[in-house]
Parts: sequence; structure tokens; C-alpha cells
Amino acid sequence: MDVTKTVDATGQKCPMPILMTAKAAKELQAGDVMLIIATDAGARSDVPAWVSQTGNELVESSEEGDVLKFYVRKK
Amino acid sequence: MSDDSAGAKEEMMTIIAFSGDLDKLWPTTILASTAAANGMDVTIFATFWGLFPLVKDGEKIGHDSMTKMLGGMNAPGFGSAKLSKMNMGGMGKWMMRKVAGKSNLMPPEDLFEMSLDMGVKVWPCQMTMDLLGIRYDQMLPGLAEPAGAATALARMSKSEISLFI
Repeated sequence: MDVTKTVDATGQKCPMPILMTAKAAKELQAGDVMLIIATDAGARSDVPAWVSQTGNELVESSEEGDVLKFYVRKK
Repeated sequence: MSDDSAGAKEEMMTIIAFSGDLDKLWPTTILASTAAANGMDVTIFATFWGLFPLVKDGEKIGHDSMTKMLGGMNAPGFGSAKLSKMNMGGMGKWMMRKVAGKSNLMPPEDLFEMSLDMGVKVWPCQMTMDLLGIRYDQMLPGLAEPAGAATALARMSKSEISLFI
């Protein structure tokens, strides 16, 4: 998957992963994919909630230990 | 913030920020910034104690002896905000800020700043300003024009989400 932008929210607490994601999304073109990396357990539900609220697309998500990864396509 | 929901009508959220307590400034600023990140049109109507954090540090508020005394007992500015419980003369507040810092939770003043950057509008309550002797030029930059209860209600009636914090 071609990732245009990576948001590294490692160590950041709510609401920073979402604020960083929203900021990065503004700099993307429609169709671009961004990778969001977070370690805040709240991001597990917050990122998908943000994606659906903003009408973007969650392409894939994964979890390795404490590290959550989300691939989001901008619509 | 409409670029994430192109075409759709922006949802609105209005927060009545009544409390100036540190532990309530967190939900106010977290929800405001996150709603803005979600593409919502967000307004914070700051009234009564909720106005105190919006005053610049070091400003002396009050227009007579009583309101000056009130300002003296309840120092304005985000940095002076106390905990709503277990403040213990400032010890609780100090510990809460310490714990928040350790856990990488942004302080409310930073979240407030980010909210403004993301387009959150902040309306200071005109009546409270007059009542307590707080001038517009003593408040943080970036706030909207002071407004009243009818303006806040008109907006709440159109908002999908309205909160009193």
C-alpha cells in the first residue's frame, strides 16, 4: 500500500492522535492513504470513530503489542 | 473544517463552559478540539467561572472593591485553575498537572490553543464580564465577540450536541 503520510502518535494521549490525524488529513488529496501509529488504547475505537464521522475509509488496521496501526484513505 | 465532509451540512456542537475548574477544563477542551477534528462547527460559550481561565495571566480583574476581591481570591488564567475536588490548597492541582504531564496528556491551555487553531469559536459571556469586571482586552487573543444568553440559545437550538460543563 502506498502511504502518502505517516502520523506517528506514539506515546500521545487522547485526543492528540485524533487531532494529529485530522491535521494530516487536511494535507492529503482524495485517494491518498495515511498511516496512523498510536499507542493510546483509546485510539483503537477513536480512530475508526473519526474515520466514520469524517466520511473517510479505514482500509486496514493492525495491532502488535501496544502499537496500533491504521491505514486510512482520504475520500 | 468542512473539507473532510465535503457537501454535507456541518454538524454543530455548543459547549456552555460554566466551570473554571482544571478537571472540567479538560473535557471542555478535549471535546471541543476533537469535535473540530471530526469536522464539526464548534462554539464554546464561556460564562461565570468558565470565563476566568480565558483571562491572561497576571491581569487584575474587577471594577470595584468586591469584584477585585473576588478576582484576588479566584485568580484568573488557565495556570490558576483549581481542581473541583481534592484541590488541597493547590497540592491536588499540582499533582494532577504532574500526573497529566507524565502520562503525556496535553494541558488544557494547549488543547484550548489547538481548539482555536482548528476553528473553534469562543464566545465570552458579556453579562459575566460586566458583572465581574473583566474587560475584553484582558482576555486571551483569538476569542470571538462577547455574546449573551439569547445568542447562545439560538445556537444551541441548531446544535446536534449541546453540553453544559
